[in-house]
Amino acid sequence: MGISPFSSRLDWDVRTAAPGLLKRMHVDVPLLMGLLALCGFGLMVLYSAGDQDIQVVERQLIRLGIAFGLMLAIAQIPPASLRRWSFGLYAFGVLMLVAVLIVGDIGKGAQRWLDFGVVRFQPSELLKLAVPMTVAWLLSMRPLPPRLLSILLAIMLTLIPVVLIAKQPDLGTSLLVVSAGVTVLFIAGLSWRMIVGLIVVAAALAPLVWFGMHDYQRARVMTFLDPETDPLGTGYHIIQSQIAIGSGGLSGKGWLNGTQSHLEFLPERHTDFIFAVIGEEFGFTGILALIGLYLFIIGRGLLIAARAQENYGRMLAGGLTLVFFVYLFVNTGMVIGLLPVVGVPLPLISYGGTSMVTLLAGFGMLMSIETHRSRK
Amino acid sequence: MVIRNRRARRVSTRRSKPNLPLRRRLLVGALSLAFVALSGGVFYRQVIQTEFLQKEGAARYLRDGVIAARRGMILDRNGEPLAVSTPVETVWAEPRKLVNQLEAIPSLATALGMDGGQLREKIEANRDKGFIYLKRRISLEESNAAREVIARHKIEGVDFDTEYRRFYPGAEVFAHVIGFTDIEDHGQEGIELARDDVLKAEPGLHRVIRDGRKRIVQEVEQIRAPRPGSDLVLSLDRRLQYLAYRELKAAVTQHKAKGGTVVVLDVATGEVLAMVNQPGFNPNIDRSGGIDRRRNRALTDVMEPGSTLKPLVVAAALEKRLVSPTTRIATGPGTYNVGKNVVRDVHNYGTLDVTGIITKSSNVGSVKIAQMMSYADLWSLYDRLGFGHATGVGFPGESRGNFRHHSTWRPFEYATQAFGYGLSVTSLQLAQAYSVLAADGVKRPVTLFKRDPSAVGSRAEEVRILSADTARKVRAMMETVVSEKGTAKLAAIPGYGVGGKTGTAKKSAGKAGYGGGRYQSVFAGFVPAGQPRLVMVVMIDEPGGASYYGGTVAAPVFQKVMEGALRLFNVPPDELAPAMLLAHHRDAAP
Repeated sequence: MGISPFSSRLDWDVRTAAPGLLKRMHVDVPLLMGLLALCGFGLMVLYSAGDQDIQVVERQLIRLGIAFGLMLAIAQIPPASLRRWSFGLYAFGVLMLVAVLIVGDIGKGAQRWLDFGVVRFQPSELLKLAVPMTVAWLLSMRPLPPRLLSILLAIMLTLIPVVLIAKQPDLGTSLLVVSAGVTVLFIAGLSWRMIVGLIVVAAALAPLVWFGMHDYQRARVMTFLDPETDPLGTGYHIIQSQIAIGSGGLSGKGWLNGTQSHLEFLPERHTDFIFAVIGEEFGFTGILALIGLYLFIIGRGLLIAARAQENYGRMLAGGLTLVFFVYLFVNTGMVIGLLPVVGVPLPLISYGGTSMVTLLAGFGMLMSIETHRSRK
Repeated sequence: MVIRNRRARRVSTRRSKPNLPLRRRLLVGALSLAFVALSGGVFYRQVIQTEFLQKEGAARYLRDGVIAARRGMILDRNGEPLAVSTPVETVWAEPRKLVNQLEAIPSLATALGMDGGQLREKIEANRDKGFIYLKRRISLEESNAAREVIARHKIEGVDFDTEYRRFYPGAEVFAHVIGFTDIEDHGQEGIELARDDVLKAEPGLHRVIRDGRKRIVQEVEQIRAPRPGSDLVLSLDRRLQYLAYRELKAAVTQHKAKGGTVVVLDVATGEVLAMVNQPGFNPNIDRSGGIDRRRNRALTDVMEPGSTLKPLVVAAALEKRLVSPTTRIATGPGTYNVGKNVVRDVHNYGTLDVTGIITKSSNVGSVKIAQMMSYADLWSLYDRLGFGHATGVGFPGESRGNFRHHSTWRPFEYATQAFGYGLSVTSLQLAQAYSVLAADGVKRPVTLFKRDPSAVGSRAEEVRILSADTARKVRAMMETVVSEKGTAKLAAIPGYGVGGKTGTAKKSAGKAGYGGGRYQSVFAGFVPAGQPRLVMVVMIDEPGGASYYGGTVAAPVFQKVMEGALRLFNVPPDELAPAMLLAHHRDAAP
């Protein structure tokens, strides 16, 4: 089965290495180890970025506990059941999105939340899982590679929630949802002609997207192209984060010693811009180590996809792993100034609960796919 | 199994079958490329650009800040503080942050003792600004209350700075001499203004690390040390000043006067030991009071000195050897025609000797003595005594008085000069002229600053105006003024010889002449008369009661202040009455 180039390093069989308990709990040990290491590092950085407020770390720890619990719970569900519930979950999510647009709470100028009194719920997060699940479900109904009709259906299923989310407005999440749908399609095996065709159509629609964007979103793109145009407004984030990253140098200023972050020049330093804190305090070597950790998790995810026995599982595992990658790439690209400012957190490290729960739920599905393979 | 199915499919529909291994390699390749790009981007920022970005960062958190410096103190001659700067806090705000927290404004305003509505308006009016003062120089209570409110409401964009606030422990007693500073610590009036160059502090400059909220986190280096202002020591004696203030205020109140002035000079040094005025103001509380309250009248206001100039006329005649103290002059019948005008005495004194003219303050006698001299003789003495000239104390707003050259005088005008009309002087000028008599004819510059005792008495600064003999003779005549038969017996101090002269000048109402019954009651004198140590001028402006004579209104103030002053300075009695002499011997016995 070892088709992946990672197989020699990452093909670590749960059946021989893990004790019986973990195996029966459907845990993928290498993935779990990678996630725990990443989250542990994240808590350490958060302690520094959150002005050494132990309560911030405690709250994040509680969220992590819940998210890991959910991950383990989902790992118990066989992929077949996930597949069966895919469209239901999707339909529920879209309905909730519509509800949000009508009665949602407004936070920081955007309408993203549904308040149930006890919990506040962000339906767009649900779609990050439901879209790849549904597209995988749709495409796995027919033999691969998909035909044109299936592709168009898949694109439609992806775009409905994307448009709804973009209207909230939440550019970051809609970007992630789009990438979830598209990566699943890609993994399903589109023909090159189809891929080229889609790129051409997307390019043609780009101006429409530009004019459909909110002013602040357009401003972000403009300031990305030239941050100096608005050094106190939108450009401030970009300039400050680049300064923070750059002043870390090769080896960094040391944990808790970042001046830009601790002197409160760096905005959103414990959420979207936490990567800059890491860069300032741990330097280039620290960043390389972190990227290595992400690389390991993504590699393991791709391996799980490659080894998946069912098309649904392979497409879902691949799609979720690639969305994780998109998270990482968009966030870090934004912080170092390669990409415009988009509200995407650094996965599993940024402070905040919703993306944490969604991401770990996704890894629960990966574990389920890996550990429910039938033994031949 | 799935994979086998797909292989079968791949064979059947070759045209549309994707090359899956290639697809995987492409995917992995694209991901690797993305990771390389990411690492490259970080490498570019952290290794290639790092120096530039570190400099940019430093430019953001390093700032040059001002270090407040203390303004010099003003002290009395014994080192008692009269003006001191103490560190206090000033609260400032960043309106563009505060404008988002308007709900907390009322509590903040209450803590600072301000009006909530006004504060809100001020913040909204400056909503784009990064700095405004909320309230400067707040009290400790206000500072504590404000900090408590800021912590409770988690207010952002309000902070505190240290500034110096000027306090005047002497309050109203020293207000006219010392003056005050404005909120920026620049001298506005009095010594604070005149010697601002000495007192003012140079704020220092330091480089500090500031955080994104503009709070100073750490000092990196000091670029320029703060230079505190130098202290100034005045010649005033706090105890004497208080005494003079108390007695002047009591007299002004008692006689329902419009105002008043007391000046005390140290004869040996020319130092001003006390200078008080009424009405006054308290510079700690209300600096905006009208100019009427703020003027240092001793220097800024002029008066017609009246009869207090008669001893000077006699001195000029003695110097010319035209008269002696016993020369007899007819003053009857109490009136004397000068051209078309008439000079009058209060009573018909008949024939008086020169001493008697001083004792009784005869206008007719003075004019007759003056007429023995040329205009230039009297003018020259007045001029050299300092009339018409600034005294050189260097006080802002000092008046030179009004004293015209003798070439412009007409006969009657010359006559009036002999009893102190037709010219005007300040109280300080009058005191300076009297100090020449007191110092045996030597004129010394007057000053408001304490003098170095070793420099006192140098030939360079002393000018002889009169012979010692003339000065002593005039002083002896002036002692009779304070005797039972003189006009100022209320100025007498037991145990001490007191010399002086009263003046009761009718106030001119401009063109309307000297009607209106408004007077300035003056007493100028020295003590002890044998070898005077102190000269004092008392002027009570427009006494409103029944009494308005210099001898009844001004002389008692002289008596009370000088009695205290002699005790303060341990001046031994020079005129011992027999009973006191006995007491003195008893005290001296072991």
